[in-house]
Amino acid sequence: MERVVDPLVKKPSALRTNSETIAFVVMIAALVVAPFMTYPLFLMQAMCFALFACAFNLLIGYVGLLSFGHALYFGWASYLSAYAAKAWGFTPELAILTGTLTGAVLGLLAGALAIRRQGIYFAMITLALAQMMFFFALQAKFTGGEDGIQGVPRGTLFGLIDLRNEMAMYVVVLAIFLAGFMFIYRIIHSPFGEVLKAIRENEARAISLGYKTDRYKLVAFVLSAALAGLAGATKAIVLQLASLTDVNWPMSGEVVLMTLVGGLGTIFGPVVGSFIILIMQYKLAAVGEWVLVIQGVIFVTCVLLFRRGIVGELANKLRIKL
Amino acid sequence: MFEIFGIPSNALFGQLLIGLINGSFYALLSLGLAVIFGMLNIINFSHGAQYMMGAFAAYLLLQYSGLGYWPALILAPILVGITGIIIERTMLRWLYKLDHLYGLLLTFGLALIFEGLARNQFGSAGLPYTLPDSLRGGQNLGFMFLPNYRAWVIVASLIVCLGTWFVIERTRLGAYLRAATENPTLVRAMGINVPRMITLTYGFGVALAAFAGVMAAPIYNVSPQMGSELIIVVFAVVVIGGMGSILGAIVTGFGLGVIEGLTKVFFPEASNTVIFVIMAIVLLVRPAGLFGRRG
Repeated sequence: MERVVDPLVKKPSALRTNSETIAFVVMIAALVVAPFMTYPLFLMQAMCFALFACAFNLLIGYVGLLSFGHALYFGWASYLSAYAAKAWGFTPELAILTGTLTGAVLGLLAGALAIRRQGIYFAMITLALAQMMFFFALQAKFTGGEDGIQGVPRGTLFGLIDLRNEMAMYVVVLAIFLAGFMFIYRIIHSPFGEVLKAIRENEARAISLGYKTDRYKLVAFVLSAALAGLAGATKAIVLQLASLTDVNWPMSGEVVLMTLVGGLGTIFGPVVGSFIILIMQYKLAAVGEWVLVIQGVIFVTCVLLFRRGIVGELANKLRIKL
Repeated sequence: MFEIFGIPSNALFGQLLIGLINGSFYALLSLGLAVIFGMLNIINFSHGAQYMMGAFAAYLLLQYSGLGYWPALILAPILVGITGIIIERTMLRWLYKLDHLYGLLLTFGLALIFEGLARNQFGSAGLPYTLPDSLRGGQNLGFMFLPNYRAWVIVASLIVCLGTWFVIERTRLGAYLRAATENPTLVRAMGINVPRMITLTYGFGVALAAFAGVMAAPIYNVSPQMGSELIIVVFAVVVIGGMGSILGAIVTGFGLGVIEGLTKVFFPEASNTVIFVIMAIVLLVRPAGLFGRRG
């Protein structure tokens, strides 16, 4: 990826923490107020996609790995949690946990294969493996084929809180989103995260310093897949639906688009990007196939003109870190 | 008629033939990807969309100018190749100094645009493309029936693939190309116009995809999504073969087509996924790919 020079590298770290803290507080405030202004269901869906995009960004933005098959973890986690909640009668927290584990296990298998090749091949392998699992989802009985798994019960959280209540569900999704977001923030700013960034900047040098980079890449891949799984599982409970759309390749492309629009390698970029793309899809639902064309145009425009994305450009203008 | 492993010979050889046909398309497309990757260091994600554009160009030439299959086989690749040259001149050119991944993202965006435009204009349902009279009918070989058109597709793509191999590996122009792939700065210093070579290479790679599209038009319906389904399989083919060798791309393409065809006979449920499974096995056993160098 293009190396963006950290504008604050020589400034006191207090300022950096400040800009991120302020942005974080603004984000929480917006998400607390928002359900009273617009549809909670839309916001919950957007938060699931935002978490999905953050998980994807952990790989592309901080390890430099482009996974073009992240729908695999999102979609299969969504199927498994929907099935666990509907057929096995799991409570929502256990169903979501099942989905997250599904993402982690699939991420371990696919990641172990994909990290055997670098760069452009890595992207093609992840895409091909995701397509293979799409066909499995299409043929497997439990996924319900073209119909998907419909009417998934939301259930009662820990047997106490009835999630059929829209506001209760909203609070749970907000908590999951924030937990996932802060977890990713912690990963990025941990010693482990520093090694990941070293691999992104210069893998050969990281190896020569004694780091087993393949292991680091695999752990990052599994974490990203598990978080994508968490997002997919939550989405299945919120929308009470798991379908082929979640596991097909356009979904993998969409999460790339969300992250690219918001800003690769920025902490808040994927969140902003996924809200923008989802709002756009809602507004443009009437124009049908033009959505595909518009998405393509945004891709091309971003790559040619705004490679930093919205948040990245903003951070660059204000000379702060976001 | 006779039976092999309890399968009627007609069905077995019929699927083998379909496998060879699919293999011709895999070979043509992965060859184009390899040629483009060699010069531009970009994975052309819009390759599938450009294959689809080739098929639509043939369809439109027939509908609006009455030009049949044979003129379309020449004209459609040229037209689509020209759009490729425009794309290279106006967009891809700005990405060469960046990470490879930006080329992938840009061409993915282009693929969405092309597919979306085609869906708006023609709908998602396939449009039929009628066979040229000269290629109708077929031969009864005793153990199977061989339609003339399918035989032609296999022969034509073999000729085009081997022709490309010959130009790149055995001619002066190909020597320039290979040299520019290794060290563009040095080749430029010798007075060869490398940027123009890059432009023409992309145009040629795209034209190869469009050529495959025209050949596919009479077999499959002409539909906007015909390319996006194919390109992911072709990516797996490229991972299996590695992009280092032209001949490797051709052999892998045909070989995997045949394996896929045989899977359809013996284990139909797996026919969609067999190429991906083979990819996974190859990655475990030979991470660099069958003909590739580590990288």
